[in-house]
Amino acid sequence: MKRLINDPYDVVEEMLAGYVTAHKDHVVLDSASEAQGRVVVSKSAKQKDKVGVIIGGGSGHEPLFLGYVGKGFADAAVIGNINTSPSPDPCYASVKAVDTGKGCIYLYGNYAGDVMNFDMGAEKADEEDGIRVETVLITDDVISSENIDDRRGIAGDFFVFKAAGAKAEMGGDLDAVVAAAKKCNDVTRTMGVAMSSATLPSKGGPIFEMEDGDMEIGMGIHGEPGVRRGKIEPADKVIDQIMAPILADLPYESGDEVYVLVNSLGATPLMDLHICFRRVAEILAEKGITIYKSLIGSFASSMDMAGMSVTLVKLDDEIKELLDYPCDTPYFKQF
Amino acid sequence: MSDYILSKDYFLGVIDDLIVLAEEKKVYFSELDSAIGDGDHGMNLSIGFREVNKNLDGWKGEDINSIFKNVGTALLDKVGGASGPLYGGFFSKFGVPAKGKEAVDFDEFIEMMEAGVAIIEKRGKAVVGDKTMVDTLRPAVDALKKAYQEDGLAPKEAMKKALDVGSAGSDSTIPIIARKGRAMRLGERAIGHRDPGSASSAAILEIFYNRMP
Repeated sequence: MKRLINDPYDVVEEMLAGYVTAHKDHVVLDSASEAQGRVVVSKSAKQKDKVGVIIGGGSGHEPLFLGYVGKGFADAAVIGNINTSPSPDPCYASVKAVDTGKGCIYLYGNYAGDVMNFDMGAEKADEEDGIRVETVLITDDVISSENIDDRRGIAGDFFVFKAAGAKAEMGGDLDAVVAAAKKCNDVTRTMGVAMSSATLPSKGGPIFEMEDGDMEIGMGIHGEPGVRRGKIEPADKVIDQIMAPILADLPYESGDEVYVLVNSLGATPLMDLHICFRRVAEILAEKGITIYKSLIGSFASSMDMAGMSVTLVKLDDEIKELLDYPCDTPYFKQF
Repeated sequence: MSDYILSKDYFLGVIDDLIVLAEEKKVYFSELDSAIGDGDHGMNLSIGFREVNKNLDGWKGEDINSIFKNVGTALLDKVGGASGPLYGGFFSKFGVPAKGKEAVDFDEFIEMMEAGVAIIEKRGKAVVGDKTMVDTLRPAVDALKKAYQEDGLAPKEAMKKALDVGSAGSDSTIPIIARKGRAMRLGERAIGHRDPGSASSAAILEIFYNRMP
């Protein structure tokens, strides 16, 4: 294992301690006892009456979750152990930390553990404080199931969080924020490839075995097995295999516009990402699909996993406005 | 039979063994999970039981219900994921039939097991055959009831029966696809792998059996 850590049991707490100190202008760690030190709250939270936007999930996907807490994006992120949903009390505490009387929305990737814990947090907020909390699950991973409601949430989380955060910042009520999140999720599709396992600090080694030189198409962000394992192929061939299922999953036609995210899972360099993006752009051009904007970098990682994913968001004027709306977080800003 | 008693010391012994189990089997449970999930099952149980270990001395003066409620809350708070609410729920509800008690008879013990397994089924929305911990626990508790209450086996023999049936239930997860949890999305690729939750559940049943007088 080539990781710079101390006691493996302290990685989450020590990461959070560093994060809130480094980004003290943007965030604080919720000090309420129920938060258990696992709720990152925006300094902009409760500064005006708006729907509270709460995101979260296991750690190990940075900058995903905590990196997108800030004005115009998420009001709070609830942080679990590595690859593991946070527990119910921090989910509940996050509601108390950001609610201004207009209710809150939970946004997270569709995983059984997250659903159980966040649902228990929402029940508690309703029972003890009468705060309405709605949930939208992100389901962008095309290959994880034929049934959309069973799909996982991966890098597409970023866009759905962004859309909901913008709608809330614009003053939308809870129903409008839920509708914006659902609409963005409905037009967001992702697929990835992995070329190595992330290392699990507690294990001191890889989460799963993968031979050097192999790749796995469709592998999940936690290393959930994908659709096919084989030798690593040239970037263009890999992108062709990723783009086909993404484009087949929504009715695309010539003249459509998309937002593109080419995302590193941690260890894949920007050079490779741009080579991959080049092929994504070629394929889109062949189909007459226009790239509206692109993001290239590590937006939803799996620690030190080698691999990448492509996300396309099919745009209309409303989604464009939401994704373009100003925001200011440590890992994503636009003005 | 009614003179068969499981004392608070029995249950404290079980908790001691659970703490040891979570450390000793950390890698084994995680490796099972690596094959079909995300590889964290063993780590998560060890995080939870380390928290139990840290606080257990302070709980020993309480009744059986409160002790297990504390165990359940520690797991719920510290573990997260699916196993936090599931095992957290199991231990939180397990003690309820022993409220205010320092010892229980075997019928009460069966009630405790039933209460614990019922909350796992409810929270996980899982049934036997979904390739989850329920594949171990539901048949085990049903076998426990039948062996003791219908077939008239002695308590420890009845628990042995439950353990055997539960272990067979865990084995039965190997050749099937998953209908719950992360492995659900693997389809046929989950075939040939034991469900990690079913394995940890069987190991927990074994501790309850081994500690019985």
